Amino acid sequence: MTVRKNQAQLTATEKKRFVDALLELKRSGRYDTFVSTHNDFIMSDTDNGDRVGHRSPSFLPWHRRFLLQFEQALQAVDPSVALPYWDWTVDRTPRASLWAPDFMGGTGRSRDGQVTDGPFAASGGRWRVTVRVDGRDYLRRSLGGGRELPTRAEVDSVLAIETYDMAPWNSASDGFRNHLEGWRGVNLHNRVHVWVGGHMATGASPNDPVFWLHHAFIDKLWADWQARHPGSGYLPAAGTPNVVDLRDTMRPWNDVTPADMLDHTPHYTYDTAA
Amino acid sequence: MSRITRRRALGVAAGAAAGLAAARTVAAPAEAQAAPARPGTGPAPFDEIFMGRRIQGGPAHNTGGHHGGHHGGGHTNGYSVRIDGEELHVMQNADGTWISVISHYEPVATPLAAARAAVRELQGAPLVPLASS
Repeated sequence: MTVRKNQAQLTATEKKRFVDALLELKRSGRYDTFVSTHNDFIMSDTDNGDRVGHRSPSFLPWHRRFLLQFEQALQAVDPSVALPYWDWTVDRTPRASLWAPDFMGGTGRSRDGQVTDGPFAASGGRWRVTVRVDGRDYLRRSLGGGRELPTRAEVDSVLAIETYDMAPWNSASDGFRNHLEGWRGVNLHNRVHVWVGGHMATGASPNDPVFWLHHAFIDKLWADWQARHPGSGYLPAAGTPNVVDLRDTMRPWNDVTPADMLDHTPHYTYDTAA
Repeated sequence: MSRITRRRALGVAAGAAAGLAAARTVAAPAEAQAAPARPGTGPAPFDEIFMGRRIQGGPAHNTGGHHGGHHGGGHTNGYSVRIDGEELHVMQNADGTWISVISHYEPVATPLAAARAAVRELQGAPLVPLASS
């Protein structure tokens, strides 16, 4: 059974096996198909049109399915690997072990944002950015950039919201989903993308492997919210134009619904009780 | 493909050139007011050099054929932004704010602000058509 662990608790061996599996997916070309898929959805999901991956109720089940698919690809390389999660309320500075050269590598240099250490530095020759929106083919970051990552108190304030999502089911919504996504309120998920900067701030954000660790924690916060509000379910239930209702299938898979994704435990568990 | 895009962009630029001075004076207060688009009135057009790069925004005339139809209109209010002639994918949020593919998680008040944010982020790099290479 897959157990998703806090990245701060990984052993040196677990970090190495995770990184090696990422590099192998990259080498084989599989990795970049995930970047393309994400960018396609982020550019086509719109507040007044069809929306599936972002700015909509299915943000959470869509990314749960997306991460599962990615994790399965990693496990096809190395069955011992599970996606770790990054609790950015705790590991909240560029000095966290997350950003050490044996794991994600650090921030970018000031001149051009280029990440120069760690397994994903351009100089290693194993992480050329090919799915991109500008001419630069090296991984970029700008950790911090004068901003603060969300605090535990801010996370708790969002977890306290009882209603999953609300009309108009987009970036203007009140409710848990949009506050977690960050278009409204204290801003959790979006702010972390901006804090990392570089590729993480773009539509092609999965170019930075920390994307998966960020979304694994967002996914865990969904599970934490479910545990806190057992009487609250996914909304909307049915009949909503442009929006994935509870039992509608989600693109691009077309064989999975939000209802299928509500319980993560058939697929993986966490190192702590949700 | 980029050649066609550039030629189209130059055509638009020529058409906009007459109103250039006016657009400049209009753009600044429009940004300061952060006025979201009202029905029937898009955000102000702009055409300026920002950090050494030409940024242009205005109603999208057109255009078939470029960058693969990622969205069906509506969310940009038919507005298009270019940096040195290459299209920057922008999107309008429900609250009237804007984002671009370069800065997708941080809404700003106007398409001009989105263009400037993209220029800062690009650090001189060219935009490329939205495809893998």
